[in-house]
Amino acid sequence: MRAEQKTASLMAGPYAAFLLVFAVYPIAFALVLVFLQWDLVTAPTFAGADNIRLLVHDGRFWSAVANTFVFLSIHVPLQIITALALALALNRQLVGRSFWRAAFFLPVVISGAVVAILWSNLYATDVGLINHLLVKIGLSPVPWLTDPRTAMPAIAVMVTWKNVGFYVIIYLAGLQYIPRSCQEAIEIEGASAWQRFRYLTLPSLLPQTILVVTLSTINGFQLFIEPYVMTGGGPLRRTYSVVLYLYNNAFAYQKMGYAATIGVALALIIGIVVFAQRRLIGKAEAL
Amino acid sequence: MKLLRRIALYAGLTVAAITFIYPFLWMASSTFKPPVEVGSLALIPHDFTLDNYRTMWARAPFGRALVNSTFVATTITLAVLVFGSMTAYAMARLNFRGRPALNAATIAVLMVPGQLTLIPLYTLIVQLGWVDTYAALIVPYLFNATAILMLRQFFLQIPQSLIDSARMDGMSEPRILFTIFWPLSKPVLSIVAIFTFMGAWNEVLWPLLVVREQNLMTLPQLLTVFALGGGAGSVGVSLASAMVLVVPVVAAYAFLQRNFIESMAGSGIKG
Repeated sequence: MRAEQKTASLMAGPYAAFLLVFAVYPIAFALVLVFLQWDLVTAPTFAGADNIRLLVHDGRFWSAVANTFVFLSIHVPLQIITALALALALNRQLVGRSFWRAAFFLPVVISGAVVAILWSNLYATDVGLINHLLVKIGLSPVPWLTDPRTAMPAIAVMVTWKNVGFYVIIYLAGLQYIPRSCQEAIEIEGASAWQRFRYLTLPSLLPQTILVVTLSTINGFQLFIEPYVMTGGGPLRRTYSVVLYLYNNAFAYQKMGYAATIGVALALIIGIVVFAQRRLIGKAEAL
Repeated sequence: MKLLRRIALYAGLTVAAITFIYPFLWMASSTFKPPVEVGSLALIPHDFTLDNYRTMWARAPFGRALVNSTFVATTITLAVLVFGSMTAYAMARLNFRGRPALNAATIAVLMVPGQLTLIPLYTLIVQLGWVDTYAALIVPYLFNATAILMLRQFFLQIPQSLIDSARMDGMSEPRILFTIFWPLSKPVLSIVAIFTFMGAWNEVLWPLLVVREQNLMTLPQLLTVFALGGGAGSVGVSLASAMVLVVPVVAAYAFLQRNFIESMAGSGIKG
């Protein structure tokens, strides 16, 4: 037993030390930083509740939060609809099923930085492919990333496109759990295709839908590389994300205390939003 | 009617597949086009050129970035596999004080969003004097809580009799892990390897914080800095630099797509 204890501490000890230094300490220090002013060059000074007060009145922070909600209001529903539609299509007898699945999953394995650079070119006003297509079918070009009304929706569509393959896999896994007997029973009852979807498939996939909502929401709050590369947060700060603001406070303005405060606030907001979503979905299900 | 439905299904799938694949094909072909042709939808360049690659290679250290990315992602992946297995083995199969606490801490760490710890981790790196070092890019990723939980879960299912008889033969615990557990754990090891490597390969926010020296930048970071700083100068050049990052991943994906899908969907990672 003593030998086992010794071996175990040799094998698990480094991880315990790692957790202390790179997880427990940063979490604790984040809460300390909230009360500090620190530019990393001079010694940190105690700032009391200055950072919190600043954050509460900081229009830039709250507009970044509002931008995220604009993003989520497009991204989350679109993600559910596209992932569900593709998963339902793939859940049939198909020729080349693994090819289709691999095609939809392709953007998931590609770096977000590459996708952002690629789509900057697809969205470009004068030479972009999307406007090229619009002009071909007789429409006028749209300044996707430079018009404050279309910039955030354009980014939301792109992120949906990048991640949809991931959620298709989640829905496909859920579809396999719907018992065959249920499907046969509802068909014998004479339900239409829509009724089968509405009263059997959709309710059976509720756990997957909750997962899609939660993950795509958390993902949305982490939006960074897309605005950083594509718009720099513009036009008119409409695509400025919370993480971009956090990054700029730390990196461009050297305000460690305030950047950490934004991080803590963001974690709280994510927690509250995800919790509220689960309550809402729970209530909707009870109806 | 049934035939019509099937035709519509395949037509829909084809359109969907094109929207996912075509942009990447267009990207690849644009890197071989002169600037005047980039705006066109055609996939075959009219005037084939390698100028974009020459310019990209000459203006920024992409070869160096490829080496950096490969080194960083490989080191992290090996560490996560080896150290993660040792930790997971102890947590699954050995009795020691603090095991429940370690388990609970691992789960708790996964619930904390990365943005909360980003700045404190950055200030830690600054204080350690690790800015512009490989250590900053590698050390914070040497262990991975998700990987440890997955490995632990798998190790719990391996029969105790195998351990008992190996111990009777006088085998040490690490030897049991690497000679008996590892060969039985290939599926979970490959899942962990793929999502760890992909996460490290595609990571961009962390390098942007801790590395400023061009020669130490990883590919996604150099690509971002290059495209934003106007160093690229033209669409073809900036897409050519993106190809350095994409080609190895797509090549690996083409051969191991099943494993990729299983791995990345299972771990919840989205580049």
